[in-house]
Amino acid sequence: MSQETTIRLDHGVGGRLTREFIVAEILPRFLPGPLQGLPDAAVLPVLQGPPVFTTDSYVVQPLEFPGGNIGSLAVHGTVNDLAVCGARPLWLSLALILEESFPMGRLAPILDAVRDAAMSCGITVATGDTKVVPRGQCDGLYLTASGLGEALPGFALSLGRIGPGDRVLVSGPIGAHGAAVLATRTELAFAGDLKSDSASVYRLVEALQPWAQEIHFMRDPTRGGLAAALHEIVADLPLDIILDEACLPVEPAVRAVAELLGIDPLHLASEGRLLALCRSEATESILEVWRQLPEGRQAECIGYVASGRSRVLAQTAVGGRRLVDWPHGRLLPRIC
Amino acid sequence: MKWLSDFRNPQTGRVLLEQIRAIASRLDRRKPLRIMEVCGTHTMVAARWGLPRLLAPEVRLVSGPGCPVCVTVPGYLDAALDLARRGHVLVTFGDLMHVPASAGTLAEAQAEGADVRVCYAPDHALRVATELRQREVVFLAVGFETTVAPIVATLDRARRVGIRNLSFLTALKTIPPVLEILSRHPSLSVDGFLCPGHVSAIIGSHSYEHVCRVARIPCVIAGFEPLDILLGVWTILRQFDRGEVRLENVYMRAVRPEGNPRALRLIQQYLQPCAALWRGLGPLPSSGLEWRPQYRFWDAVHRFELSPTAGIEPPGCRCGEVIQGALEPEACPLFARQCSPETPVGPCMVSSEGSCAAAYRYGTDNAVAEKG
Amino acid sequence: MCLAMPMQIVQLMESGLALCELNGVHRQVDVSLLDKPQEGDYVIVHAGFAIQQLDPREAEEQLTFLAGLVRGAAEDHRPPSPSEAGVWR
Repeated sequence: MSQETTIRLDHGVGGRLTREFIVAEILPRFLPGPLQGLPDAAVLPVLQGPPVFTTDSYVVQPLEFPGGNIGSLAVHGTVNDLAVCGARPLWLSLALILEESFPMGRLAPILDAVRDAAMSCGITVATGDTKVVPRGQCDGLYLTASGLGEALPGFALSLGRIGPGDRVLVSGPIGAHGAAVLATRTELAFAGDLKSDSASVYRLVEALQPWAQEIHFMRDPTRGGLAAALHEIVADLPLDIILDEACLPVEPAVRAVAELLGIDPLHLASEGRLLALCRSEATESILEVWRQLPEGRQAECIGYVASGRSRVLAQTAVGGRRLVDWPHGRLLPRIC
Repeated sequence: MKWLSDFRNPQTGRVLLEQIRAIASRLDRRKPLRIMEVCGTHTMVAARWGLPRLLAPEVRLVSGPGCPVCVTVPGYLDAALDLARRGHVLVTFGDLMHVPASAGTLAEAQAEGADVRVCYAPDHALRVATELRQREVVFLAVGFETTVAPIVATLDRARRVGIRNLSFLTALKTIPPVLEILSRHPSLSVDGFLCPGHVSAIIGSHSYEHVCRVARIPCVIAGFEPLDILLGVWTILRQFDRGEVRLENVYMRAVRPEGNPRALRLIQQYLQPCAALWRGLGPLPSSGLEWRPQYRFWDAVHRFELSPTAGIEPPGCRCGEVIQGALEPEACPLFARQCSPETPVGPCMVSSEGSCAAAYRYGTDNAVAEKG
Repeated sequence: MCLAMPMQIVQLMESGLALCELNGVHRQVDVSLLDKPQEGDYVIVHAGFAIQQLDPREAEEQLTFLAGLVRGAAEDHRPPSPSEAGVWR
């Protein structure tokens, strides 16, 4: 379809235009695979291990940001949800809700990004759906992705396994996605070396297989940043997590934006980082194997677990101690 | 020169803390030394680095009324909400979005359809006014001298480019007068003032000479990195050790005796001192800034014929006492119960620099204590 | 009320604006409040405006003073008295 075309309501009603759209824009990008013949449902091969299933909706703004767009974000996000549960990602469903008059010129790169991300993650788009809603009823594009994977042998991940003495590891610098998105807000008018860290963490998980038993829990910090992810982990546990701020990897440009706007880097989203809580004895081996991967080059041990009362604390670089709070609401730049 | 990390050096921080403790123990005081850090940014930075706990028990940092959002009366926000409901475009710093007015907040008004836009810099209001020539754009001009300068510079620019659909709803306040008044307060026991570094960059270190004479306590101007704050505290203690009472500037890299004369001339041109309403302190003479008569056109109160009032304080709210340093956040009965950042009762909890917000977010002594 | 960050003026632009930089982050900053801003100057930026130039010599002097305190503490294994630590303006 021509780049000048805009999506019309007719593209979503299941008639001729819908088929035209799918044949022109979906099939060329996502074949070969279960989409061949456009069945109502994908028949998938039997899995070797237990199936692992996840779903997520993406209603993000902006749709495009330095380092990616909603398409790559959706693939990485879904892949990562499977990966942090110790599963190999295999199949993806893709449901699009488009706003009437959304231009093909904008949709094409988003679909390209889905294709490219899926290919590089080794995941196949097996089924999907397209709907169009009248102007004003959605913000350009909403995307829902479900992911199916199979459990990797050896992992036994559960909150109940986390205990005092466990170490907290992160696979790389935090907050880059959040900072890149902040930079797109025109009223803030910042520019610079800010690129989303949206990426798959599956290879980092796969690399952990020899130490699978030592890993007690994993998560990928997304919205709300590392702070939210850690709070979610300890929320109902008689444990504290104590971070060492001096060890926290943050890119200089991300730190600069955060400081300029008065925002804590721990509250800025990442979209391609792996958080692992493991037995302290396994720390060095895990960091070593992560650092051999390009996406894990700056992996660090950033803290430890102690018995406590569901707090996330930080040891500051000058030796003080402070709470790391949940982020409160939307991040607003401040001048005070 | 690494402007940030050089002033965050952990080893130097530890030495400063040791020396502070050594001097404090030499002074052999019964009670902790109470140092009022006037500026909300000092409150936040100190809390964020965990300094209050490191300085205790010998030194107690007490927060003062230097949070411009905290000292703004609810009536100001009522006036802002009124303008929003009339269909005008509001441009505001993020700091004001969740502050409770007598009823409701700017964020709630925005969710209900009011055109409220958050900015990082006041000149964004000028950009909005330039784009939306048909609409009236009002900038919520709240702040102390540090922010007053960018605000008048924005007005100056608007006048030069001929944009007239812009006005300013002001709640501008000045620091030296409130320090003087606080120091005369009979029940306030403060042993030293840590003065705000960036306000001082504008007004100059000499602006505190009168305060120091009247208050007769050490007044030290400090910057905002952890070493700056520790050095400021150390300098106050050193004065105590020597039996001195002086004005000292330990933020010389940014603060000159004369301040920023260009900024001061611009402020002088557009604004004049006036009485101002301080939440918790009441009306204080000559503690605010208002547009000079010839610039009244730019005053939203004048342009929209507003009659602002003080507004209604939320029942049970004790922000006024917290602002004066007379009540610790955790001693307020509402703290962390009815009043939290998600459900703030008063501005000290919702302001990004409020003492209660700092205590809640970064932890009171109990909250961060080792034993759970 | 003083949240401000040090940035370096990378390029002066017209009508009182300048492109400033901190650790790879750029922003257009209003420098009209400064007297004779130069490219290369370090400035304190508050709410998108440069409110003062930073003086590298004063910063160096302050760091030298602090280094002296640290040295003194290391040498004596006790904190030096204020008079030993040097005169402070």
